[in-house]
This record gives sequence, C-alpha cells and structure tokens, in this order.
Amino acid sequence: MTKVKSLEDLKKIRDELQAKVSLREKAEHYEQLIQVKVSMATCGIASGAKETMEYMINELDNKAVDAVVSQTGCMGYCYAEPTIEITRQGEEPVVFGYVDIEKAQEIIDKYIISGEMVDGIIPVNYKTLKDD
Amino acid sequence: MAKDKIQVLVCSGTGCRASKSDEIVKNISQAVIENDIDKDVQVIRTGCFGFCEKGPIVKMVPDNTFYVQVSPDDAEELVAEHLVKGRKVERLLYENPETKERISDSKHMDFYKKQIRIALRNCGFINPENIEEYIAKDGYMALGKVLTELTPEKTIGLLIKSGLRGRGGGGFPTGLKWELTRKVKAEQKYVVCNADEGDPGAFMDRSILEGDPHSVLEAMAINGYCTGADRGLIYIRAEYPLAIERLKIAINQAREYGLLGENIMGTGFNFDIEIRYGAGAFVCGEETALIHSMEGLRGEPGVKPPFPSEKGYKEKPTNVNNVETYANIPPIILKGADWFASIGTEKSKGTKVFALAGKVNNVGLIEVPMGITLREVIFDIGGGIKDGKKFKAVQTGGPSGGCLTEKHLDIPIDYDNLIAAGSMMGSGGMIVMDESDCMVSMAKFYLDFTVEESCGKCAPCRIGNKRLYELLDKITEGKGTEEDLFKLRNLANVVKDTSLCGLGQTSPNPVLSTMDNFPEEYEAHVKDSKCHAGQCTALMQYIIKEDACTGCTLCVRVCPVDAISGERKMAHFINQDICIKCGACMEKCKFDAIYIA
Ligand SMILES: Cc1cc2nc3c(=O)[nH]c(=O)nc-3n(C[C@H](O)[C@H](O)[C@H](O)COP(=O)(O)O)c2cc1C
Ligand code: SF4
Ligand code: SF4
Repeated sequence: MTKVKSLEDLKKIRDELQAKVSLREKAEHYEQLIQVKVSMATCGIASGAKETMEYMINELDNKAVDAVVSQTGCMGYCYAEPTIEITRQGEEPVVFGYVDIEKAQEIIDKYIISGEMVDGIIPVNYKTLKDD
Repeated sequence: MAKDKIQVLVCSGTGCRASKSDEIVKNISQAVIENDIDKDVQVIRTGCFGFCEKGPIVKMVPDNTFYVQVSPDDAEELVAEHLVKGRKVERLLYENPETKERISDSKHMDFYKKQIRIALRNCGFINPENIEEYIAKDGYMALGKVLTELTPEKTIGLLIKSGLRGRGGGGFPTGLKWELTRKVKAEQKYVVCNADEGDPGAFMDRSILEGDPHSVLEAMAINGYCTGADRGLIYIRAEYPLAIERLKIAINQAREYGLLGENIMGTGFNFDIEIRYGAGAFVCGEETALIHSMEGLRGEPGVKPPFPSEKGYKEKPTNVNNVETYANIPPIILKGADWFASIGTEKSKGTKVFALAGKVNNVGLIEVPMGITLREVIFDIGGGIKDGKKFKAVQTGGPSGGCLTEKHLDIPIDYDNLIAAGSMMGSGGMIVMDESDCMVSMAKFYLDFTVEESCGKCAPCRIGNKRLYELLDKITEGKGTEEDLFKLRNLANVVKDTSLCGLGQTSPNPVLSTMDNFPEEYEAHVKDSKCHAGQCTALMQYIIKEDACTGCTLCVRVCPVDAISGERKMAHFINQDICIKCGACMEKCKFDAIYIA
C-alpha cells in the first residue's frame, strides 16, 4: 500500500480504486442504463454463457458504455444458448441467441452502442420472469 | 484486478447484526464457494441501510435488488436462485403494505422516496472497514482540496455560506463556531467530536460511525486545519463497541495512508486523532461536561462563558462538533455552499438524520431535507401508525424536547419552527405515540430519565426534577390535586430558568409541552381519576359486564390473586381492592365480558 503524498496522488489512487464501487454506483441508477442479461442456467453455462458474460463486461467497460450486465435464469431458448436479453432504455427488451464472443462484439458495436439491429434476434413469444 | 460481476451488500450495523447478519455473511460466502462462483461474487459488509424495521437487509448489485428480513437460512436460496440462476427470490422482496406488490428496487419504496442522503451518503454503500472504498467515493478529496486550494478563512467562509448548523442539538452555525476558535491565539488547540449520543432511542451518530467513520475523521482534519489544531479527540460512549472498533480501524488505515499524521499530502499540515471513552452519562454529551470527563475529572458541566472555543480541553481553545455535523462537511466542500444551501428552509439548510421509533410501521434511520413535514415523515416514510391506531403525538428532541401533536403535523421541520412549536430538533430522536399512550406517563418517563442522569451539581436540577417526578407520579397514581398541576407548572418553569446546564434547562420541556397540548389529560387524571389512554394502571378498573358473563369461571382460575368470585353459571365480580390489574382475566374470557374502565 502506498502513502498518499499529494492531492495528485490521492486522485490517482481514487481513480484506480473506482472499480471497487462503480458496480454499486451503476446499481443506484440501474433503470437508466442499458441492461444486459445473460442467461446463466445450466444450458447456458454449458454452451459458453460465462465466457460471453465475461467478454461483455470487459468490452462494455473498455468502450465506456453505460450498461449493466447481470445474469438471469433460463429464458427457455435452450437450443439457442448462449442467449442474452438487452433492454435499451425505454425500449422493449430484445433477445439474441447463439451469442458467442464474435456475436457479442457485433451486438455491442451495433445494437448496444447505436441501436442498429443485428441478426440473431429470437422472436419473443414469452415474457421472461417479471424481474424489473 | 479481476472485475466483480456481482456484489452482495449485507447490512452490518448494530441492529442487523443483532439479527444475525454476521451469520448471513458467513452463509452467503460459503454458498458462493459451494456453487463455484466465488471468483465472480464479492460479499461486502456495509453500514446501516436505515430500514431497520425490515432488517437484516441484503442488497444485490448491479441489478439493485433489495432483500428484506433475511435470515441466515435464506442464504443458500439467495445464492442458488439469485446469483446462480438469476431469479429473484420473491418472498424476500419488500411488500408494499397497501398494494401487496413486491418491490425489488429500494428507490420505489415509500420509506426511501422522500429521503436525501448527505450525512448517510456512504452508509449501506461502502465497506466501512476499508479505506479504499471511502477513497473511491471521493474520500479525503475535500481535505486535499482544502489543504491545497483554500485558506482556513476561505473554508470557514464556505461553511458559513452553506448555512450548516450543529446537529448535536443546539443548532449553532458551524462556520461561525470554527471562526471563533480560529481567532483565538494559542500554541495548542484541539478539535473534538462529540459521539456521546445520550438521547434514549437515538442512534444516528452510532450509525454514521459504524457505516462511514472516515467521513468524520476527514472533517475533523479539515476542522483542525481551519481552527489551527493539530490534535483531534473523539469522545464516544463505551457502550458503542462496534462503532469504536470501526473507528479504530479507520484511524489506523488513515495513518497508514498518510491521511492522518505528519505532513498530510505533502502540505506540511499535521493532524492526528485519538479516541476517548465515556461511561455513557447523558450529561457528558454537554460540551463542557464532556471536556471535564476527557480530562479525567467528574463529568459535570461548567459555567459558560468561557466557551470551549476560548478555554476548553486542558484550558486550550477547543472546537466541539457533533458526529453528524462532521459527516456533512466533506460533501459541502466538494459540492459547494450553494448546493448545500439549496436544500432545506431559509434558516435551516441541508438535511437531518432522525431515528424514527415508537408506534410507526417503519422504524429506522432516515435522512430527510429540512422543511419536510412531520406528516410526511410519520405517514409517508414511517408508513403510518402501527396496528391501524390513531396518531397522538410525537416527541422530538428526546428528554430535552417536547411533544408535538396533530396540529403540528404540517409545519416544516427546522430548528426554529420546532422551537416555536414548543419542542426542539435535538439530536434527532423522534418517538411516535398513538392513542394508547398516556401523555402524563410519557412526561414521567422522561423525568425519570433526567432524575437518573442529573449530575447533581446544581440544586434546581438535582432537587427540582426529583420533585417534578414525584408530582407526576402522584398524578399517575390518581392522587393528584388541582393544586399539584399548578405546582407542577410553576416548578417546571423554575427548573428551566435556574438550572446550570442544558440538561436542567430543558428537562421540564416534556412536562410543559404535554401540559400545554393535552391539558384535558392531566385534568382527567386529577379530577376524575381517569387515564383515558388506559396506561396508568393505578387508574384502571377491570370490570365484568353482568349481562355478558356466562359464569364459565375461566377467569377465576387464571386470576393470580383470587380477586374474582361468583357462582357457576352466574355473573362474576372482581374485587377492586384485591385486583392487581394484570389483565389476565380479560385475555382469557371467551365472551368479551370483561372491560377496562
Ligand atoms: C444535556 C446535554 C446533552 C447533550 N448531548 C449531546 C450529545 O449526545 N451529542 C452531541 O453531539 N451534542 C450533545 N449536546 C450538545 C453539545 O453540548 C454541543 O452543543 C454539541 O456537541 C456541539 O456540536 P454541534 O455544534 O456540531 O451540534 C448536549 C447538550 C446538553 C445540554
Ligand atoms: S371468563 Fe368471562 S364469561 Fe367466564 S366467568 Fe369470567 S367474565 Fe364471565
Ligand atoms: S385484572 Fe388480574 S388481578 Fe384483576 S381480576 Fe383480572 S386477573 Fe385478577
């Protein structure tokens, strides 16, 4: 641990530590952020949902996108795992299937950042668990 | 550093710990390991969330799910369902009492809607035992700013402009107090934090120290810089072990980081803090008594002037401020005086933390903007009166304050309005009473406390309060006379006017305010020997309704003193000379034949 030798030092340390609380800060205005929910049931995990989630978290962070990534239960599209549900503020949630890392990148660059549609949308015929 | 995907915040304040929140942390941590998600999940102990009524509280981040009344047994389900499968555990979500709807985001709960958190900004948000989390939330930035960019005069000017007033009870403008200490010339000065918190039912200061100790340390250092002191002392009651523990940890961590000690942030400013323990006497919260106690003398108040700002600890200029006052200071410095002054009323700026207790549905710790009404606090935040009963009064200011009633519900709460209404802000205790509370007994309760806590130094307080207590006791026994009422008021005024310190000067307030607001209640006790609230047992009679009694003899068998007699299948009768008013018979009777008169 380093001693704080100046105000500049303190600012630097603060910026490094920001990650510790940023998740909680995001949670405070969860509803105003783009919400990404990764289906993390057994089927999802088996087909790589964990890696997808990891990638999404890091990539969104690198690109400084105001989004929160959380896990959710089985969405019922086991055939299309990994699946993710994205809710852009004020819009209906959209579910994507077969989201591997490559797909995740495309979704981030197009749909999340600029609202542009990408292939792979699963028509939503059933509502996810009410968990707003 | 690997990023946490999920953080689980568990309240670790004194209240929730009493309901096993430590065990919850243990069980959740264990279940997280068992489910093999320990790399992604971090379990964090925080300070009080405030919603103590519904504690223990567990909050999931980042999806912001607020679980209430969690027990250690729920840990596994929370982990397996919420963390692993991403499904909310409905039964542990807060239920809106009216709509029965489950609410998972605390922002949508009535309890939180009207709150603004300044002093409590980090409580329930950071781990109080980790200075890094405080730093991540701009901790010690205010100190850095003051030391490098502002002179003491400018900082004090900013505080004066913000309108911050002392939260310890008196409401003295904080900037002005600092200026008084600053102006005195002396080679040694001290800064003191008053964490005595003697008001029964109050736990604001404790919660701040438990939930965000660094905010107080930082503000004390700022105070030292402004007033010219290099030593700080925190006077805290030994009954607050958790707060003491967290303070010690905080002080050590701040020293390690060089945020306390010599040459702070390379500016040449030195400041260090020590803890002093009090034995928990109410009078030791009074600043001169507090100083005597810290000097190892009896905890008795002295005559003011001289004020501590001229002659305080070890005869040196000393600036005493309350815990909550301090906690407000770093945000004021970072966000500016105008920001702070934009919250509140004309003469009372910012927020006030209250410990809401008594007969309200949502007991807890709340922080509200000055100017909010009692109605909003009691009915919106507090969720109204328990068990559908009727609101009767609310005591603010603890034993020094007074009771406020229905007619005061809509006045904006601030220092001056509360005084004009016959009570005071005090440190922030707020005890709500319903129709079953007797106001004479209430006054007696507080007088009992004052008599116990009077230091005995001056006669009006030592003897006067005792006599006041005796008169109240006589009245609740049904033996009071109209002359006693007259004596009561007279003596109360004498004690108020002639006592040495704030304790005696304010101790008659509960008596006077209940006499003013509920004169008919005093009269009923005295003239008709009746306690309409049914609280003064000496004035109650348990009576059997002849026509409703079936003579089942059940009550005869439960009465512990054999006060009930009667033939089988005939109406029974209670002998009032023998009855000890325990109420056992009334509880037993299946025919509602027994009532209280
Ligand atoms: C009987 C009595 C008890 C007091 N108890 C406390 C207390 O527990 N905590 C506190 O901060 N101030 C208490 N005070 C007020 C202090 O004397 C002092 O005014 C206060 O600590 C100043 O800090 P502030 O200006 O930040 O409010 C008490 C005063 C009296 C007369
Ligand atoms: S229990 Fe009720 S009904 Fe039975 S004897 Fe007593 S008063 Fe009468
Ligand atoms: S109130 Fe208690 S003492 Fe009196 S009659 Fe009933 S049971 Fe007996």
